[in-house]
Amino acid sequence: MAFEAGKVYAVWLREVKRFINSKSRMVTSLVMPLLFLGALGGGLSSMIPGFNYSSFLLPGIVAMTVLFSSIAAGVSIIWDREFGFLKEMLASPTRRESLVLGRTLGGATTAIIQGLLILALGIPLTGIAVPQPANLFLALVLMAIFSCFLVMVGISFASLVQEVETFQLIMNLVIMPLFFLSNAMLPIDKMPPWLQAISTLNPVSYAVDGLRGLLIGQTQFGIFLDFSVVILSFLVALAASTYLFSKTSI
Amino acid sequence: MDAVVVEKLEKRFNGFTAVDRVSFRVKKGELFGLLGPNGAGKSTTIYMLTTLLAPSGGRAWVNGFDIVEQPDEVRSSIGIVFQDPTVDTRLSAYDNLDIHGRLYGMDDKKRKERIEEVLRLVELEEWKDKMVKTFSGGMRRRLEIARGLMHTPDLLFLDEPTLGLDPQTRRHIWGYIEKLKKQGITIILTTHYLEEADYLCDRVAIMDHGRIMAIGSPMELKARMGGNVIRVTSREPAKLADVIKRAGISKKPHVEENVVSFEAKDSGRMVPKVLKAAIAAKIEAESIELRMPSLEDVFIHYTGASIRSEKPAGSEMLARRRAHGI
Repeated sequence: MAFEAGKVYAVWLREVKRFINSKSRMVTSLVMPLLFLGALGGGLSSMIPGFNYSSFLLPGIVAMTVLFSSIAAGVSIIWDREFGFLKEMLASPTRRESLVLGRTLGGATTAIIQGLLILALGIPLTGIAVPQPANLFLALVLMAIFSCFLVMVGISFASLVQEVETFQLIMNLVIMPLFFLSNAMLPIDKMPPWLQAISTLNPVSYAVDGLRGLLIGQTQFGIFLDFSVVILSFLVALAASTYLFSKTSI
Repeated sequence: MDAVVVEKLEKRFNGFTAVDRVSFRVKKGELFGLLGPNGAGKSTTIYMLTTLLAPSGGRAWVNGFDIVEQPDEVRSSIGIVFQDPTVDTRLSAYDNLDIHGRLYGMDDKKRKERIEEVLRLVELEEWKDKMVKTFSGGMRRRLEIARGLMHTPDLLFLDEPTLGLDPQTRRHIWGYIEKLKKQGITIILTTHYLEEADYLCDRVAIMDHGRIMAIGSPMELKARMGGNVIRVTSREPAKLADVIKRAGISKKPHVEENVVSFEAKDSGRMVPKVLKAAIAAKIEAESIELRMPSLEDVFIHYTGASIRSEKPAGSEMLARRRAHGI
């Protein structure tokens, strides 16, 4: 199978250009994570003496930012179907795998930019001290794999449904449970057993745990397991999204 | 070699036959029209020929490539302008064309040159760096045409190229299409505007209910009617049609609003007969008109219905886009 680098780049370029062209959307997408971090983080920090909740929360909020924008980037194929651009892509002599890959890399690029912005704003805000500079690089790698996984989850859902009306539904029924049923806001060992069980099965928990381990030196599963689960999830989503998207038609 | 060869092409959706064993050929350099009301199967035919829909039966070759066996070769060799808008409104005109060129594997130099060329052709050079969401409907359609031509295809598909555009913009688009024809590009166009087919096409296939009812040049098709068309205006058109039928003047008079129309071989002699029959039945004929058959009369002849009673399907889509502000 010939690798269509130029065509993957074309799809990536479109995602990034659209992102640059809608700066207002980028600003609004940063508001919610910052509110979470400021209001929830700041509020609970003063309630629980001796526990810096803000520092604990920051990796979870970075993961949340990546989660929201990655899935939205994948699911927005529904809008491309509605507004026709999907036809332009499907009618071109481009392999479906290349379309999925370009979309994934493009969506991940924009999601990571937002995640990094939250991290950059969050570090002085919460005053965390990253154990080693190299950890920042590893965190970026983890975010990238995590983000690609989520964009592909979005693409899979978008390939299964056709109606624009389901866009918001998917966003709520997929994103919210993935976020709330994870360790993004609560430590797993402090959870009620039922939530603990679900969170342990949620791949988002491993991305959050990995980021926590790298950024504030607190991990429950261990960095190795965190990376393994995120990479495995990515591979499953890769297979699912390329298969489901290849079945899609105009 | 023919640009397009279609043999008994068929498409069924859950028991509904959208395209029913259609066969036709399009010569190189020809401007070929598929004319028919919405739901006639024109767009489905185009989707199959452009490899976006798999046929249920039959075969077709586009530029010599089999549409089922060689989809990539077909895609590289054709340009498509879809009925519904497909440009990205959140990108500039330039970026839309640039990304298209990349998807078709054009190198940097070729892409830059061609973008200038196609933008000049549709007179959008000044709008190159403007966001497409600021474009009017006519400008968007021109950009779509420019994009369809970007990779210099030999064959261009235009699916309802002037749907929903005002008459002035429509004329403008016709001008571009004529220009392309002069450059020797083969064009397959679908339309439900009879004037459009009549004005532009070398040959027309009249489609209805998934079938091709007649193929020929507009002149040929009109001549095939073998006579003139008589149109009688009356306050009681249904009754008048019945009288005309019973008097043996025409087997199938067509009624639309207050006009009864039918073909007549010996039209000059028929007019007095019509009047006589109308008077005998005590129906007042307000006016009688006798004219050469138009493509519309041809259409009525083959399909038994007028094409004008159709509403454009794309208008709903445009309204939705506007509702979303893009």
